Amino acid sequence: MSATPQLSPIAKMERRTLIDLIESGKRLDGRSPFDYRPIKVRTGIIEKANGSSFVELGKTKVMVGVKVELGEPFEDTPDQGVLTVNVELVPLASPTFEPGPPNENAIELARVVDRGLRESEAIGLGELCLIPGKKVQVIFIDIYVLDYDGNLIDSSALASLAALLTSRIPKYTVKGEDKIEAKGEDAPLPIKNYPIAVTAAKIGGSVILDPSYEEEQVMDARLTITVDKDDKICAAQKGGLGTFHPSEVDSIIDRAISKSSELRSKLLEAVKAGES
Amino acid sequence: MPRSIQNKSDRLIGKDGIRVDGRRLDELRPIKMEVGILDKADGSAYIEQGKNKIMVAVFGPREAHPKHVALTDRAVLRCRYHMAPFSTEERRSPAPSRRDMELSKVIREALEPAVISQLYPRTTIDVFAEILQSDGGTRCASITAASLALADAGIPMRDMVAACAVGKVDGEIVLDPCDIEDKNGEADLPVAIMPNLGMITLLQMDGKLSKEEFERGLNMAIKACVEIHGRQREALKNKYLEIERSMEEYGGEEQ
Repeated sequence: MSATPQLSPIAKMERRTLIDLIESGKRLDGRSPFDYRPIKVRTGIIEKANGSSFVELGKTKVMVGVKVELGEPFEDTPDQGVLTVNVELVPLASPTFEPGPPNENAIELARVVDRGLRESEAIGLGELCLIPGKKVQVIFIDIYVLDYDGNLIDSSALASLAALLTSRIPKYTVKGEDKIEAKGEDAPLPIKNYPIAVTAAKIGGSVILDPSYEEEQVMDARLTITVDKDDKICAAQKGGLGTFHPSEVDSIIDRAISKSSELRSKLLEAVKAGES
Repeated sequence: MPRSIQNKSDRLIGKDGIRVDGRRLDELRPIKMEVGILDKADGSAYIEQGKNKIMVAVFGPREAHPKHVALTDRAVLRCRYHMAPFSTEERRSPAPSRRDMELSKVIREALEPAVISQLYPRTTIDVFAEILQSDGGTRCASITAASLALADAGIPMRDMVAACAVGKVDGEIVLDPCDIEDKNGEADLPVAIMPNLGMITLLQMDGKLSKEEFERGLNMAIKACVEIHGRQREALKNKYLEIERSMEEYGGEEQ
């Protein structure tokens, strides 16, 4: 069952200050309304994973490990590999995170990242089929939130893409009806698209991008728009207790499209720099 | 979500612009709403939208159990979206899935802006939606029915909440997609609004849409929500007309 979350009393007191600040075009950390915090991307940090990344968005830290295993395809997609996204809100990341099975926030986060990757067809799942209906490669994306300072959706989506871009998967040869053999070599994971999530928060009457923890605590609502490399929208998710006016949605979509291409080139550049 | 189509040449929209179930592109499925259908719940509603059959019960405002879930300045709104094991083609496990958990959250967040929860601190308002049969668009139909059940429970609200999805099928933007259209379509865009205030309370999307398609779809969904809101008002009025009628009958006997 989903219940109204508890807001910290400090957030309630801060709300007015933050609204006044944002209305004058400023933010607590000195950013302008549509600025992102500095983004740092490192890849290939977990040797035992097929691909990995560590992304810092301001003080938010997210690690992603990609693991590739052999498995069975879904019945309705016998010739496609399988993609699974899981989020762990690790207790290290915040005094409010508790150990245990994923709660609704972790599940929503995983499903929003999953939709962006799946709907943009970021991974060439068709190339991961070994024996149709029997054997395919299964991609596990495990998102590990290590320090929570707001905007987990965008940071997790960036980290997932960075880890996928640097993933290497084992190659197999098919021998007969249902036998496969590892070739002992690997290849890059086939990546076809680069979806980027852009999250806007509405605070008072103003809209900002990349909300920090403090801003998320006082926001009315958030809206995430995931944009693919061709400027097509491939996922959207509204969250929070408040509302959006249709005109606000339109302007957030415009912002998301222009911001996503900026973030995409930043990420691709950082991944490239990390590889060389 | 499965996105395979048995036969790529199978089109879901005919050359005449008529859909698999005979509807036009911007036509809603037949909708039936009824209010006050359950005896023990404080408020309840039943909705049929196409083959969707959904029952919603509201309990509260009532004392919070356990006590620590209570908030001191408002009521806690709690929501459960649940699909019956027999509601789909293949039996579903009754255990809550990840999808159910996400939908419970977005449905709650779609209703939160409407409920004036500040009037009932330290209480809970529980909304239970049971999907008895599912045929695509159940989250939206659940929201439409939940808002009726909240009104039926007499809980003060800023506005009703009405919801409807649009999809993209065979390259066309279509209103209120049914299950086949949803599964084989290129996009799904569920929307909920508060019709009198003109504000969006639920917005999700998966698939692939251009900015122009997204905005056109959003407008189509908003228009449909306004139509659904008209039906909600009717359903609520009907309940009170019935009470009035039965009171007249009762009064008649007395004389």
